[in-house]
Amino acid sequence: MSSQLTERREKLSTPAGNAAGVLEAPADGEPEIRKSSPAIQEDRETLLKIFHQMLLIRRFEEKCAESYSLGKIGGFCHLYIGQEAVGVGSISALRDDDYVITSYREHGQAIAKGILPEAVMAELYGKAGGCSKGKGGSMHLFDKSVNFMGGHGIVGGQIPLGTGLAFASKYRESDQVTLCFFGEAAVNQGAFHESLNMAQLWKLPCIYICENNQYGMGTSLARAMSLQNVAEKASAYSMESEFVDGMDVLAMRRATQRAIKRARENYLPTLIEARTYRYMGHSMSDPGNYRTRAEIEKYQERDPIKIFTATLKESSILTDKDIADIEARVKEEVERAVRFAEESPEPDPSELYANVYANPIEN
Amino acid sequence: MPKLSPTMEEGQLSRWLKKEGDKISMGEPIAEIDTDKATMEMQALSNGVLRKILINEGESAPLGQPIAIIGEPDEDISELLKATAEKAPAAPASPAKEDQSPAEESAPATKESEPAKAAAVPPDDPASPKVPAPAAPPSRDDGRQLISPIAARMAAEGGVNLKSLQGSGPGGRIVKRDIEAAMTAKPASGSTAPRLRAARVPRSDGKGVVYGPSGYRDEPLTQMRRTIAQRLVTSLGPVPHFFLTSEIDMDRAADMRTAINELYPDLKLSINDIVIKVAAAALIQHPQVNASFQENTIRYYEHADIGVAVATENGLITPVVRGADEKSLMEIAGEVRELAERARARKLKPEEYTGATFSISNLGMFGLDEFTAVINPPEGAILAVGAMMPRPVARDREIAIRQTMRVTMSCDHRVIDGAVGAQFLGTFKQIMENPLYLFLV
Amino acid sequence: MPVTTMRDALNQALREELARDANVFLMGEEVAEYQGAYKVTRGLLEEFGPKRVIDTPITELGFAGLGVGAAMAGLRPIVEFMTFNFSILAIDQIINSAAKMLYMSGGQFPIPIVFRGPGGSAYQVSSQHSQAIESWYAYFPGLKVVMPSTPADAKGLLKSAVRDDDPVIFIEQERLYGLKGEVPENDDFVIPLGVAEVKREGTDATIVARSWMLPVAMKAAEELAKDGVSCEVIDPRTIRPLDINTIVESVKKTNRVVIAEESHPFCGVGAEISAAISERAFDYLDAPVKRVSGVDVPMPYAKNLERRAIPDVAEVIAAVRAVSYL
Repeated sequence: MSSQLTERREKLSTPAGNAAGVLEAPADGEPEIRKSSPAIQEDRETLLKIFHQMLLIRRFEEKCAESYSLGKIGGFCHLYIGQEAVGVGSISALRDDDYVITSYREHGQAIAKGILPEAVMAELYGKAGGCSKGKGGSMHLFDKSVNFMGGHGIVGGQIPLGTGLAFASKYRESDQVTLCFFGEAAVNQGAFHESLNMAQLWKLPCIYICENNQYGMGTSLARAMSLQNVAEKASAYSMESEFVDGMDVLAMRRATQRAIKRARENYLPTLIEARTYRYMGHSMSDPGNYRTRAEIEKYQERDPIKIFTATLKESSILTDKDIADIEARVKEEVERAVRFAEESPEPDPSELYANVYANPIEN
Repeated sequence: MPKLSPTMEEGQLSRWLKKEGDKISMGEPIAEIDTDKATMEMQALSNGVLRKILINEGESAPLGQPIAIIGEPDEDISELLKATAEKAPAAPASPAKEDQSPAEESAPATKESEPAKAAAVPPDDPASPKVPAPAAPPSRDDGRQLISPIAARMAAEGGVNLKSLQGSGPGGRIVKRDIEAAMTAKPASGSTAPRLRAARVPRSDGKGVVYGPSGYRDEPLTQMRRTIAQRLVTSLGPVPHFFLTSEIDMDRAADMRTAINELYPDLKLSINDIVIKVAAAALIQHPQVNASFQENTIRYYEHADIGVAVATENGLITPVVRGADEKSLMEIAGEVRELAERARARKLKPEEYTGATFSISNLGMFGLDEFTAVINPPEGAILAVGAMMPRPVARDREIAIRQTMRVTMSCDHRVIDGAVGAQFLGTFKQIMENPLYLFLV
Repeated sequence: MPVTTMRDALNQALREELARDANVFLMGEEVAEYQGAYKVTRGLLEEFGPKRVIDTPITELGFAGLGVGAAMAGLRPIVEFMTFNFSILAIDQIINSAAKMLYMSGGQFPIPIVFRGPGGSAYQVSSQHSQAIESWYAYFPGLKVVMPSTPADAKGLLKSAVRDDDPVIFIEQERLYGLKGEVPENDDFVIPLGVAEVKREGTDATIVARSWMLPVAMKAAEELAKDGVSCEVIDPRTIRPLDINTIVESVKKTNRVVIAEESHPFCGVGAEISAAISERAFDYLDAPVKRVSGVDVPMPYAKNLERRAIPDVAEVIAAVRAVSYL
């Protein structure tokens, strides 16, 4: 290991900045997870909004699983259950005009960025009311009005695109930042390395968030990656990085806030590795035989919603009644989304030929 | 030995028009060949030099046997000579009885000249040797006639009989230039002139005087034809009619009639006689109209046997002028009068009023402008002829008074499509307006 | 009208479009300080500065995707591939991102980007650096593919490509960079995409030729005219969308067609044109459609082999003679 890398590792090992909740960067193997969440700085409204979003996404995805099994949703469908803290925590730190771009496991991030659950569910149903007019499906949610720049289906394909969004912000001398999400398996793609190199070289305001759920489909991290601590890879590009407990929504929010500051003020990119876990299979068609029930249960003990509920209750921000009220509201929202999707018409057949070209040429 | 007639199996070389060493260009006559029908000129199918004559004058060869080699002046033809010597049948005079249909054998000159073609690229190009020699033309043994799509279309439109053509393309494919040659070879080649094919078809039985019913060939219904027929029958009844009308300038025809009647007052040539003759000539141009619908085939007649509607006290009867395409106006005029008289006297034999290939109904004598007639099955069409009378017409942007006549053709749509009928009627009109064509064919 | 090389005509187009629209920027390997590997971008860094004329690392997938992302955010990138051989590294971003973004976002994200650079055969650079891959890009709906053959076309079409709101694959021919021709200096000189041009009128046979094969076809037509064979030469100029009507109309007139291309024949653009002709002009054909294509082998290095791998004037002449039954 080069001395530079060692130095980098030491830097990572010291709690990055003063961030509570940042995990000890592991030398190898499992990171040691700190049990303590960062101190609460947010107002109650913000915290409730975060809680509400996490719960909404959880219930939304559970409904997706149900609808998928009923044949209402087709194709590939990758659920976000277990990873809610990563998307909600980081996106909660953004401004509305910031960009989010991500992979195909994006229902949660799309809702967190502001696409209505109705439009997401209608898209999954392949209906005209979907956020991509029924032409994208689960893997390709887009909404220009909230700068949600899409779910992208080729592993790592969104990383150069996100870099380009950040490039455009800097080109325009705007202070918009881009959150670019990807799974840890995408880190092995050339697109990741090519993008991080350019982002640091040209100082682009892109925040790369690696959602390390420890499995690239059915292949565990250990079987696929020589250096398993993704955050360390930033040192190859002299980029700032953090290793975060992806089950802790406030930790995610803090780390993102720090990265946003660097990006807005100095056009600097950051790599955040969020260690998380998905409870479901890679997609709805994945039986998940490659891991044990016990392993899943171990992570479910540190369920992001459970942790956050505990934090909020300890701080007397949330009562059981509040929780019950929010649950009821979420249930209603999810039902409304399903109702909307059911009632939305199928795309008009003419849509088949629409939007191939922005400037079509008749021949 | 090229196929130069529909029934030819071998040919006798009557005269070489070129000698060894002569330069030859494509299309140039190189030899005269006696077939079972006539003495025909054989045209070169490629450019080059006549390197070797393989069949001497007076000798015969079956179809497909090489009779000469055309190549580049310096091309090595020794292999070819050896090969052709082996291929030549021991007894060239005996009729060829090979499996291959004679029609498929392309003229050997084409094959032999392929290497010459390859070498024809400009010699100043250094890369020319890499051009591969074109593959040998596909030899066909399934009896199909090869024809390019445009050539097929032109032949159909121009009424060219493909069976009579020898294709000049690879494998004997009939190509555009063959059709063009066939069409311009005819005397009536003016740009506006109807493209007249043979107005007379030689009787295959060789008997020129006794006229039985026309010979014919039956062609299986294509799926498309069958579908058209089924749909139209559903819509319009068993013989689905449609109608085409044309107004014809009759000044010349009327003048001609007047002049002929001045010469032969006894003849009493009528306009209807001319109509019969012109219709017959046009039918030979448009064999698709001289046809009838059969159960599974369409029957194409060789000759125009024209039914002429005659009103009698007992009703309508249509005596038939057999082989009107072969008969002179004088013959037609006499025959029609004689048939009509016997019709009115009820003395026609059944074979004299059945089996027409096309009919004409003329109600001009009643002063009718135009009318439609009902097809007499199984005929494919009937022509309803109105009165010839002076009418105002536009000529050279002026109103002029001309003798005109309106004709309406009823077509059996199962056999005749609109375009085909219209083309026929166009030819009819052209000949009728310029009846001198009748003397050219 | 001034006479310039295709290289300078392209340079003019880039300069004019960079000057016209601040959202246009140019990026690629060696485009700025080196002045362009083939000097197409000469002087642009000096004129527009490093913000708008950007040297990239050798990282084709990365900068192609970065360009597409920038286009999603409303910029109008011109991405140069030093040669289109290297675009193969970037093809995921070109196909899966650029070509499909508008469609799969339900019309929300047009991608106004130009991917340009030299493509097709080069001189003695062997298999990996000398190949024609336009049929790959032309295959995909969502992309437009342009291949100019004259300096004026190069300028007019590149300007149109930059102004177009769709991703355009703009393949220049290295062998043609030095070709001279009259080129309008007018800033507003554009040639619409998707319009073929009859480069020479004729009656006996149609030759469809693009890019490098156009001058070859013109020479062949000239030679054939001496023998009394009148060829119509059509340059589609835009491969997708293809102006098939112009080709079909010509075939209806001449009844014979030769498609000349330097690419491999299998699944090539010529195969597509041939299929379209047989679908639309079958009844007008007097001979089977004939393709003259690059040889179906990787490009060899040795000069004599290379020359044989690319169609030349003699081959086009032989093909025209074959379809004309001469």
